[in-house]
Amino acid sequence: MLENLLTYLIVFASGGLFCVIAQLLIIKTKLTPARILVIFLLSGIFLQAIGVYEPIYSVLKAGISVPIIGFGAALAKGAITYAHQFGFVGAFAGGLIQTAFGVGVAVVASFLVTLIFSPKSK
Amino acid sequence: MNETNRRNERYNEYVKSVTPSTSTLKSLLNSFWIGGLTCLIGQIIFDLYKWIFPQLDATNITNFTSMTLISVAILFTGLGFYDVIARRGGAGSFLPITGFANAISSASLEFKTEGLIFGTSVKMFSVVGPVVVNGIFWSTVAGIIHLIISGLML
Repeated sequence: MLENLLTYLIVFASGGLFCVIAQLLIIKTKLTPARILVIFLLSGIFLQAIGVYEPIYSVLKAGISVPIIGFGAALAKGAITYAHQFGFVGAFAGGLIQTAFGVGVAVVASFLVTLIFSPKSK
Repeated sequence: MNETNRRNERYNEYVKSVTPSTSTLKSLLNSFWIGGLTCLIGQIIFDLYKWIFPQLDATNITNFTSMTLISVAILFTGLGFYDVIARRGGAGSFLPITGFANAISSASLEFKTEGLIFGTSVKMFSVVGPVVVNGIFWSTVAGIIHLIISGLML
């Protein structure tokens, strides 16, 4: 129980900290959110490619996998695993295979929501 | 000329006075707790699924967790709740995967007025496009580099 509580505390603190870094980048450097998303995504790919993402993940859990870093890491994990399994073809297919479920859900759900709701005037 | 300068100055002061000033500290604090809470909810959903379906492996539980986060974020976008979160959360609302889902669904919803094909379908990835394209490109590079290093190149 106490161990779980510590995990939740780490998840909250680390996830929050990544967002604070992103927010600081917005305020200090005037980078647009899209660029910041790409920076965090690339850092996730890089961490996975050099093999340090998994050890970090085992400590931070959802604190690193829920931010976009986790999406990058999943892409790279797919590309690397499938490359080892299927060679050249796997390197191209792996990233999409690994993340296909999430992206598929996002597209289908977005389309359904668009059919049901109407855009709100701001 | 002098009159114009003075008018510009007054206008700039006016713009400054009506621009909502969120202090740096407050925006950092907001993105901390909103981002942290999103990750915490993700972890709690993960643990709940692990507890309810002990026969599933970690990959499936991860998939179902992200499916839940993404679906809820998209539903919130449709209902207009996510805008309320995004207005305060800053990076705390766009960095987590829920922000990714919100970016897809809000673009999709916003361009509904231009039709389902040329509006929604065309514009759906207009915000997250850079993430998807760079993600696919650099992960493929990572895969190929791993292939070369391990000498398994076809």
